[in-house]
Amino acid sequence: MASTVVTHTPAVLNYLEEKGRHAGILSWVLSTDHKRIGLLYMYTMFAFFGVGVLMGLILRLELLTPGPTIPGFTANMYNAVFTLHGVIMIFLFVIPGLPAIFGNFCMPIMIGARDVAFPRLNLLSWYCFIVGAGIAVLALFTGQGFPDTGWTFYVPYSLRTGTNVTLGMLGAFIIGWSSILTGLNFLVTIHRMRAPGMGWFQMPLFVWALYATAWIQVIATPVVGITLALVMLERAIDVGIFNPALGGDPILFQHMFWIYSHPAVYIMILPAMGAISEIIPTFAGRTIFGYKAIALSSLSIASVGYLVWAHHMFTTPMSLAALFVFSLLTFFVAIPSGVKVFNWVATLYKGSIDLRSPLLFALSFIFLFSIGGLTGLANGALGPNLHIHDTYFIVGHFHYVMFGGTGFGLFAALHYWFPKMYGRMYNERLAWYYWALMFVGFNMLYFSMLILGMEGNPRRYYDYLPRFQTWHVVSTVGSWILVAGLLMMAYNFIRSARRGAPAPANPWGGVTLEWTVPSPPPVENFHEIPRWEGSAYHGFEKLQRRRSEAQ
Amino acid sequence: MVLLGITAAMLFFVWRYRLKRNPLASNIEGNAMMEIVWTALPTALVMVMFWYGWAGYQSSRSVPPDAMPVKVTARMWSWMFEYANGKVHHELFVPLDKPVKLILASQDVNHSLYIPAVRIKQDCIPGRESYLWFRPTKLETYDIQCAEFCGTEHSNMLSKVRVVSASDFETWYNTIEPVDENSGERLVQIYGCLSCHTTDGGKKVGPSFKGIYGERQTVLVRRREMNIDVDDEYLLESMREPNAKIVKGYPPNQMPSQEGILSDEQMTAIVKYIQELK
Repeated sequence: MASTVVTHTPAVLNYLEEKGRHAGILSWVLSTDHKRIGLLYMYTMFAFFGVGVLMGLILRLELLTPGPTIPGFTANMYNAVFTLHGVIMIFLFVIPGLPAIFGNFCMPIMIGARDVAFPRLNLLSWYCFIVGAGIAVLALFTGQGFPDTGWTFYVPYSLRTGTNVTLGMLGAFIIGWSSILTGLNFLVTIHRMRAPGMGWFQMPLFVWALYATAWIQVIATPVVGITLALVMLERAIDVGIFNPALGGDPILFQHMFWIYSHPAVYIMILPAMGAISEIIPTFAGRTIFGYKAIALSSLSIASVGYLVWAHHMFTTPMSLAALFVFSLLTFFVAIPSGVKVFNWVATLYKGSIDLRSPLLFALSFIFLFSIGGLTGLANGALGPNLHIHDTYFIVGHFHYVMFGGTGFGLFAALHYWFPKMYGRMYNERLAWYYWALMFVGFNMLYFSMLILGMEGNPRRYYDYLPRFQTWHVVSTVGSWILVAGLLMMAYNFIRSARRGAPAPANPWGGVTLEWTVPSPPPVENFHEIPRWEGSAYHGFEKLQRRRSEAQ
Repeated sequence: MVLLGITAAMLFFVWRYRLKRNPLASNIEGNAMMEIVWTALPTALVMVMFWYGWAGYQSSRSVPPDAMPVKVTARMWSWMFEYANGKVHHELFVPLDKPVKLILASQDVNHSLYIPAVRIKQDCIPGRESYLWFRPTKLETYDIQCAEFCGTEHSNMLSKVRVVSASDFETWYNTIEPVDENSGERLVQIYGCLSCHTTDGGKKVGPSFKGIYGERQTVLVRRREMNIDVDDEYLLESMREPNAKIVKGYPPNQMPSQEGILSDEQMTAIVKYIQELK
C-alpha cells in the first residue's frame, strides 16, 4: 500500500489525546471538535441501534408461531414494540446515519478544513438529538406507555389512543432540529470552507452526497415538524385539522407526513451511496467511473425525491390523475439510482481489486440495495401495489433499502474509516466471518418477508393465519443469525479500538485528503491548509505510476 | 434479470481484475456513450413497467355497470357488510361470476379491506367514501384481512368472502331473519361484538358478556370513579355512547357507537342475551 507524505508536527496531539479545557467525560460532551462530535453521535446511535435490534428480535420471536408465542406478551405490547423499533431505527439511527458519524468526522478533513463552519452549533445539534431521544425514552416509562401507532403516527388512531403519543412526537420534533442544524452546518461548510483549488467537481463524492442530503434535511424536515406539532395540538385542544369528527381530513395528515418522510428516505440512503463511491475506487485502485454522473445523480435523486411522496398512499381514495403522476415520477426517481449502480460496477472494470472487508460490505450494499430498488419498482407500479401495499412485501422492501442499503453502507464506511478514527486496525479475518453470517441471516430474515407479502400477509400483525407460518419461521431464524454476526462485529470494533494494531495514515491507499493526515488525525486536522489540484481522484494516477515503476 | 446481470458483472470483475492478476489498474474516467445508454435503456424499461401497472390498475377502477353494490363499514375491529335490501352480515356472501362493488367507509379510524386471493385492497377512511370491485370466479372461501394498522385487535380484524352459486345466494339474500327477543346471540356475532367481548368470562379488549349483568362495577365517568349496577339502562347507554361509562381497567375510545346501526329492538334483544349469560 502506498504511503502518502504526512504533514504532521509531533508537537500536536491527536484529537483523542487532546483534552481541551475540560477533563474526563466533559472533554467529550463539551467538545466542539467535529471528530469528537462524530464519535459522540456514533456511540449514542449505536446504543440506540442495539435497543432497536433487541426490539426487532422480540418481534420476530413473537411471530415464530401463530397466536401468542412469548408468554405474557400481549397485542398491545407488540404494537408498542414495533412502534418503538421503528421510531428508534428511523429517527435515532438511519436518519442521523452516516452524516452524523462520518459526515462530521470526515467531511471537514476531506475538503481540507479545520472544522465545520459552526462548531458550537454542531454540538448543539447533538444535544437536540440527545434531548429528543431522552423525551422519547420518557414516553416509555410514563403515562400509558409508548405510542402504539407505528412510527407513521397515522390519524385518527394517533388522536384516539391513550398511549403517550404527544410525548413521543415531541421527542421526534426535537430530534428534527438536530437534523436541520446539521444540514445547515454542512451546507455552509461545503460552500465556504473547501481547500483552495478544490472546485465543486473536485470534491470527493461522499461530500457531494452529504451536500445533496443537507438540502433535504433543511428543506423537508420542517414539514414533519409542523405536522407533528399539529397532531400534538389536535390531541391537546382539538383544533380540527386532521380529526374527521371535527371536520378535519386524515388524508391531509398522510400527505404532510410523507412530504417529509419520503425525502427522508433519501436522507438515509444518499450518504451511504456517497461512502460506497469512496470505497470502490480505493479498493479498485483506480479513479471512479463517471464522476459527474454520480455527483449529479445525487442531486437529481434529492430533487425528484420530493415529488413522489404520495406513492405511500396508493390505496387511499385519491384521484386517478394523482395516482398517474405519482406512479410515473416514482419510476423516474429509480433511474439516477440505477446510474450510480452501473457506474460503481464499471469502476471495478480494469481495476486492480483488493477485496477487503470495506469493499466486501460495499459490494453487498450494491446487491442488497438493488433488490431493495427493484422491489421498489413493483411497489411503484399501481397494479401490483394494490396487492402488496401494507403487506410484509413492503416491510421486506424497505429493510433491503434501509438495512441492506444504509445499514451495510454504514458498516462498509465503518470498516473503511475506523483505522482513521482510532488509529488502529481491526481483525480482517473476523470481519469476513461475520460478514458471511450477516449476509446469510439478512437474506433469510427479509427475503422471507418479500414472499410472505406476496402471499398476502399484512404488516403490523401480532397474529397471522396459520398458512403463513413456514416463512415466518425462516425469517425468525434469519434474525438470530444476523444478530450473531452483529455481535461479532461489535466485539471486533470494541476490542480493536483499544488493542488493535496501530494503523498507518493511509492503510488502504486512498487518495482523498483524510488519508494525508495521521491516524488518528491531530486536533484541527491540518497544520497548514492544503492546496488541491486536479480532479477528486487524480491521486490514483500517481499511485499507478509508482507501481509500474516498481515493477 | 437486471439484478443477476449486475451481480454477475460485479463478481466477474472482482475475480478478473483482482490485485494479483491485474496489479496495474487503468484509470478510465468515464464514457459519455455508456452513461447515455444506461440512462436511456432503464428509462424505457421502467416506462413499460409503469404503463403495465397503470393499465392494470385502471381496469380495477372501472366498475362494470351490472355490479352488485355492497356497503362495507369498517370499525374497531370488525367488518359489516350491508346489502341493498338492508340485509347485514359480518361475512361477505357473493354470487359466482357476478361483479361486486364494495362501497367502503370507516366508523372510527383508518382500516383497509384486503382480499389477498383477488389481489386487491383499498383503505377505509373515516369521513370519506372509497370503492373496490371484483368478480368472484370460483366457488371458494377467501380471507379478508385488515391491512391498515388500527389498534389492539388489528391482526384479528378478519372476515371471509363466501362465494356461492347464484341460486344459493338468492336464498341467502332473501332470508331476512326476524328480530325478536331471542335474536341476541346471532346479533352479537353479525355486528362484530365478539371481536372484543367474550361469552365465556375471558377478558379481551372489553369486559366479557358472561356474568356482568346485575354485577356492581366501578366505572369511569370523565375520569371520576363511580359505582353502578349493570342493568338494562347501563347496557343500552354503553351501546349508544360507549365512552360514557368505561368499566375500570379497560381502555376508553375503543368501541364504535351502535347508534343508528342497531335498532331499538335489536339492542333490547342483545341486552336480554347478556342478561341470560350468567
